Amino acid sequence: MSAAPATRITYREACRQAIRAAILADPRVFLMGEDVGRYGGCYAVSKGLLEELGEARIRDTPLSESAFVGAGIGAAIAGMRPIVEVMTCNFSLLALDQIMNNAATIPHMSGGQFAVPLVLRMATGAGRQLAAQHSHSLEGWFAHIPGLRILAPATIEDARHMLAAALADPNPVLIFEHIMLYNMEGELDPAVQGVDIAKARIRRPGRDVTLVTYGGSLFKTLAAAETLAGEGIEAEVIDLRVLRPLDTAAIMASVTRTRRVVIVDEGWRSGSLSAEVAMRIVEEAFFELDAPIRRVCSREVPIPYAAHLEQAALPQPETIAAAARGLVRPAP
Amino acid sequence: MSTKVHLDRAHGLLLLREMLRIRRFEGKCAELYQAQKIRGFLHLYDGQEAVSVGVMQALGPEDATVGTYREHGQAIARGVPMDLLMAEMFGKVEGCCRGRGGSMHIFDRGRRFLGGNAIVGAGMPLALGVALADRMQGRKAVTACFFGEGAADEGEFHESMNLAALWRLPVLFVCENNLYSMGTPVGIAEAETAIWHKAAGYRMGGEAVDGMDPVAVEVAARRAVERMREEGTPYLLECRTYRFRAHSMFDAQLYRAKEEIEAWRAKDPIMRLRDWLERAGHLHPGDMDRLEAEVEAEVAAAVAFAEAGTLEPVEDLERFVTMDEVPR
Ligand SMILES: Cc1ncc(C[n+]2csc(CCOP(=O)(O)OP(=O)(O)O)c2C)c(N)n1
Repeated sequence: MSAAPATRITYREACRQAIRAAILADPRVFLMGEDVGRYGGCYAVSKGLLEELGEARIRDTPLSESAFVGAGIGAAIAGMRPIVEVMTCNFSLLALDQIMNNAATIPHMSGGQFAVPLVLRMATGAGRQLAAQHSHSLEGWFAHIPGLRILAPATIEDARHMLAAALADPNPVLIFEHIMLYNMEGELDPAVQGVDIAKARIRRPGRDVTLVTYGGSLFKTLAAAETLAGEGIEAEVIDLRVLRPLDTAAIMASVTRTRRVVIVDEGWRSGSLSAEVAMRIVEEAFFELDAPIRRVCSREVPIPYAAHLEQAALPQPETIAAAARGLVRPAP
Repeated sequence: MSTKVHLDRAHGLLLLREMLRIRRFEGKCAELYQAQKIRGFLHLYDGQEAVSVGVMQALGPEDATVGTYREHGQAIARGVPMDLLMAEMFGKVEGCCRGRGGSMHIFDRGRRFLGGNAIVGAGMPLALGVALADRMQGRKAVTACFFGEGAADEGEFHESMNLAALWRLPVLFVCENNLYSMGTPVGIAEAETAIWHKAAGYRMGGEAVDGMDPVAVEVAARRAVERMREEGTPYLLECRTYRFRAHSMFDAQLYRAKEEIEAWRAKDPIMRLRDWLERAGHLHPGDMDRLEAEVEAEVAAAVAFAEAGTLEPVEDLERFVTMDEVPR
């Protein structure tokens, strides 16, 4: 039997296929959110699905983040498997109450009587000159909350397969899709039928320094690693994939080998996911380190509109490479 | 279920008994709070019993209820056993939520009682989802969603009313208008103090009823629920009521006059129904004493159950933060 050839698709198409397949596979699954139907999704992820799957399964909602996210929680409690799309994480703040006070608490607060098998998808990140109110990276905030699982698919494969695993999880799962990834093209290996939502992955092996990242920063970090390789520095790139619960074992294993680490996070530095990763390394692998931990995060400003300022605020391959270089070959 | 309410002896005594169960249970809770057996926030329902008892007559076992943090009465009227409730307030593992929720977070899966929510208004979106799920799964159930008039100040109220009407979700919105949100009178929080009028803006049916009269509430709730089962449309039932006691155990009640409270106490739903039943010849001599004795025994048994309860081992602290499977 010959393997089917790999197909080349966009990240957006991978997300779309994942939603379509999930709805076709399980009568309990439906998608709801603002403009997911007639408009086709604000990032065109659900284009064509309303026509194919109908209004019961692809539900356009009013601009009521709190109500439709809460309705997703209620529907999950009452036996459905909703996929709720919040256009972008910037607007998820209007549903924060439902996410934090209901989805994340009800299983524990009810003594285990109810699970909340809800999937919440949202776009995250900066890079399209959308200015401060449309450029937040809030996944690190949500990763603070016990009871949630936080996913950051960075690859076509994860975009295609994480959703099914998230729907199979009895707990609320938040999926953050970086806006700069939707147009990315790549190969999807048809032999891969699913992925885990528990483990980090090494996206590039290396022995000299570990670069820990996720989501939209993965490809910038891989570009940095390529640059470093040209200089004789072999960087290992870890894609966290799952921001809560963190796969600390994978981080420690890599750091123990390379003894140097840079954490790359598009979130702001203060009180961030990068801070959490760094502290865990300090707690668990301090004596394995040969150099201080470095971080490359967004500058602590509301992300500006002007292209040069926006780019200056975000992690870049050059800043990532410089941080790694500084660890491996400290200036004399 | 019929919309007609036959207020015969049996039904009259049932309503009376249910209200009495709530009143006496909570009287005991207040005592136990002073004795420091119950801690945290405790919001009593004293005065509002007719609302839950009336509404619950219209619901069947297949229906769902979303409550507030003032939900002991809602839970008891829904059939949540008193002993599980009391043990919950004692923080015992035998409590309905293993002592993790306490007074404000009563859940009972078997009775489809979905909390106990201490964020004002936050239960309303949940109710939409439950109703949507019921409809998508072909169940004829309705969801009763309780909230105070203070919740009508919140965006979640308006978002939920709109979505429920838009999607024709079978949610019975039950507003318990007790005139105060903590110490804020409805008149300085709401531009339109007749909460039920807000339904019209969402093309939803609604009405106000005397929330001190369980029969009036029951009649209105039955009518609404029956229509809802046929047409699927939501409904806003504003029950005009009053809480006789403080907002919580930490409230000096500086914001209202004793005379006002006394005037409302004269409309006590329990006394009123008792007197009416007596006049109608439905309440026989000795009935009241018997009811009181039975309820007292039930409450005492609940306290004994809670006292005898055990504490969840601390090793289980993180259990259920995430679930291994969806409970069936
Ligand atoms: C969102 C939110 N804001 C404020 C509070 C604090 N708070 C608790 S109860 C309450 C009053 C609510 O009044 P109402 O909805 O009329 O219900 P009642 O207490 O009268 O039963 C307030 C302001 C809260 N719990 N949640």
